[in-house]
Amino acid sequence: MKKILDVSNLTMDFGGLRAIDNLDISIHEGEIAALIGPNGAGKTTFFNCITGIYKPTGGDILIAPRGSSQRINGLKPNIVTKKGLARTFQNIRLFSSMTVLENVMIGCHPVTKAGVLGAIFRGAGTRAEERFIAERSYALLKKIGLENFANELAINLPYGDQRRLEIARAMATDPFLLLLDEPAAGMNPQETKTLDDLIIRIRDEDNISILLIEHDMKLVMSLSDNIHVVDYGKKIAEGTPEQIRNNDVVIKAYLGEEIDA
Amino acid sequence: MDFEYFMQLFFGGLTRGSIYALIALGYTMVYGIIQLINFAHGEIYMIGAFTGLIVSSVLTMAGMPALGVIVMAAMAAVIYSSAYGFTMEKIAYRPLRNAPRLSALISAIGMSLFLQNYVLLAQTSDFLPFPSLIPDFAFWEPYAHIISSPEIVILGTTFVVMVLLTIMIKFTRIGKAMRATSQDKIMAALLGINVDKIISITFVVGSATAAIGGILIASHIGQINFYMGFIVGIKAFVAAVLGGIGSIPGAVLGAFVLGWTESFFTGYISSDYEDVFAFVILVVILIFRPSGILGKSETQKV
Amino acid sequence: MTAGNEIKRSFAASIWFMFLTFPIMVIKVNTVTNTVEWRWANMIWVGIGAFFLSMLWRYLLLRKETGGKKEVGDKPGIIQTIAANRRFSIPALTGLGVFILVFPHLFSMYQTSIMISALIYVMLGLGLNIVVGLAGLLDLGYVAFFAVGAYSFALLNLNFGITFWVALPLGGLLGGFSGIILGYPVLRLRGDYLAIVTLGFGEIIRLVLENWSEFSQGPSGIANIPKPTLFGIDLSLDQETVYLFYILVTLVIFTIFVINRLQDSRIGRAWIALKDDEIACQAMGIDKAKTKLRAFALGATWAGMGGVIFAAKTTFVNPASFTIWESIIILCTVVLGGMGSILGVISGALLLILLPEYLRDFGQFRMITFGSVLVLMMVFRPGGIVENIRRTYTFKRKMETK
Repeated sequence: MKKILDVSNLTMDFGGLRAIDNLDISIHEGEIAALIGPNGAGKTTFFNCITGIYKPTGGDILIAPRGSSQRINGLKPNIVTKKGLARTFQNIRLFSSMTVLENVMIGCHPVTKAGVLGAIFRGAGTRAEERFIAERSYALLKKIGLENFANELAINLPYGDQRRLEIARAMATDPFLLLLDEPAAGMNPQETKTLDDLIIRIRDEDNISILLIEHDMKLVMSLSDNIHVVDYGKKIAEGTPEQIRNNDVVIKAYLGEEIDA
Repeated sequence: MDFEYFMQLFFGGLTRGSIYALIALGYTMVYGIIQLINFAHGEIYMIGAFTGLIVSSVLTMAGMPALGVIVMAAMAAVIYSSAYGFTMEKIAYRPLRNAPRLSALISAIGMSLFLQNYVLLAQTSDFLPFPSLIPDFAFWEPYAHIISSPEIVILGTTFVVMVLLTIMIKFTRIGKAMRATSQDKIMAALLGINVDKIISITFVVGSATAAIGGILIASHIGQINFYMGFIVGIKAFVAAVLGGIGSIPGAVLGAFVLGWTESFFTGYISSDYEDVFAFVILVVILIFRPSGILGKSETQKV
Repeated sequence: MTAGNEIKRSFAASIWFMFLTFPIMVIKVNTVTNTVEWRWANMIWVGIGAFFLSMLWRYLLLRKETGGKKEVGDKPGIIQTIAANRRFSIPALTGLGVFILVFPHLFSMYQTSIMISALIYVMLGLGLNIVVGLAGLLDLGYVAFFAVGAYSFALLNLNFGITFWVALPLGGLLGGFSGIILGYPVLRLRGDYLAIVTLGFGEIIRLVLENWSEFSQGPSGIANIPKPTLFGIDLSLDQETVYLFYILVTLVIFTIFVINRLQDSRIGRAWIALKDDEIACQAMGIDKAKTKLRAFALGATWAGMGGVIFAAKTTFVNPASFTIWESIIILCTVVLGGMGSILGVISGALLLILLPEYLRDFGQFRMITFGSVLVLMMVFRPGGIVENIRRTYTFKRKMETK
């Protein structure tokens, strides 16, 4: 299988603190991969490095959505998104002044182009584009099951729905890889099941590969094709759910030394 | 280069810096604790000066000896400025504690406008002569042309205030509480600190130092006006930002740097663009090093 | 809260304020003539006022706290209901239109002149609204662009004989250009810092205009700026005023049109996203820098044009017209009117400018009222007069065949 994201020797230092230490992670096309590890292991930092919020201290981040690979270290976040990497956030970051639909419409920004003149004159091209944005956003809402809330203020939605909305918004940017940061956080078992189905559908129907950070082990084990485990910024294990479940190093990292496997 | 002229400028800058420092402290402390630029802080300084003038005039006319007048006027200025600072916080800032920063900033601007015009309407728009409360020391005569006695008093007072403030912040319980609150309000509250009270105290202390600055400078320059807080306020704010807003030693450092550069600039280059200079420094610093000389850059948690 | 408790607290407030304001309100010192005036009556007024106002204050604060969260379709104000409802808005607009057309003939030249000032502020407010209301960039130095517009007309006329109609678009262009220049260095700054730097810029420009006499004629300014001509025909002063009025009305309508279009577009949405969450906005592929600069540039363009009109109206410019307070007044019209809302900004500008003019007696209280209103509005009604319930994109779905 083709590699679409290839991170090698990634290092991220904050002053004297090394948050990520020579990390290698690869994601393949069509994969649902998971990044797990104890709190503070550097998982969200990893996302931030890939998406351009932090400039890595060292290493290479390569993407290859369509064959030729590009190095995206240090590119600005909006450029990274345009290249096809979309993300959701650990602490939900929906746009609070906007409705559910408008939030997704913003996601359509990188695939549209109307500018100031287009806005002022509203020629045929701009109007068509606006229609396209509205239709596409609505379709995405339907996909995640929130179409009935289209005109509600996004922040009025229940917590679980807000998380799903963030996913729809990220999908609107037309990514090849979706980075989900703790999408199941705070969800009850039923919401988690809905999320599980949604993620699989996204992979199958929209050809988007997924990398998720998660603490909900049931979800991780059920969904993932491949799991990467990090602790203290270093990779300590990688493998299928079966392999990881029985991996001593992983168990030790999560539960501490005292417990015998 | 004329050495004497240089020394004059040096001490002149030192004096300016002291005054800016006294006022900058208030800005930096308030910003450190509630992340608000207290636009109305300059007005606190102005009110201190006015109160000092009023009290000293009344007492002088009533026949009190000079020393008593100075002490009473200074005390009155400090007490009243602190009271105004305290009240200001309760009315215009506390209700906006959880509001977006823009709202609090605009409220501060409104307060500044209000206080300026309050004094203007209740008193006068004229420039009022302020008596020189600090006597010239006879023994200092030979050196008075480089640095005058009042200037020495200013420097000395500023130094004493700095020391007292540092002791308070570093060694007293209240100081610790202030530091805790400025780092993490919620945690401080959970630990039993009365956050509201600490914030009020911060305002009070900041206002007190500004009042001292007000009295000193009014006495030195010889006149006051309802608008004086504005321009000095901005410059003291530049000083605080220059040194790193939120940092007390930063405010002092920034104030002296500003005072010296202003003094040397106007002494050697031009005095027309004096005010522009402060603004240019402000703009340049904020663009290239927003955290200031001693400040630490805030990294946003994503 | 029991009544007794209330009275005790108000009484305490009363005493406190009487103490607080004692030196400044009661004692009036004149160090020139060495006299002291004791105004005890003031203290009584303060006491009584504080007593009742503090009760009112606590009541209003309590009401605000139990107000609850704002919803999308939640209780829009009167103005908005009228605007939204076709049955009312069309007759209202036509009525307004007719009123505006005949205004100069109904009212005196003096009042028309005031209205011209008010309309200039409307334009400025709408321009600043792009920067502050939509994009969330707190610009306290907006007056700088206004000055650029005014002075470019003045100087171009002085040195090259440029007339109004050429100067108008030029002023806008130069304004926009300076918006980019001033906006570029502040791209990385957040909130408060941005406010202070822009304030600094504004003052720097004013001080430079004041001191660089070779370029700008210094504090005395530039006079004899020509008014706009009507196809080369010279008009009398009165006719000129009326003419300028109509020009301005047209411009304001044009401004409203453009800004309305901008708000409801891909660009407008990008600005709001920027305001709501800068980081998430970037994650959506929006170029933070370009979006901010766009906001600055567009906002400044309007200030530039406003400046040209201002210069034509007053026929002379000097640095004193472009102080920080102007920036603050314009900011007030935006904030008080209702940030981000076109209707709000217009109401804010008209109210803020026209009211003091018509209450000339209270002229000297204008600034202190401004100050108090700012504080009160922020505490009690941060959304503004026309509380901005954003006209969000309402998705109307055509009948689906299931």
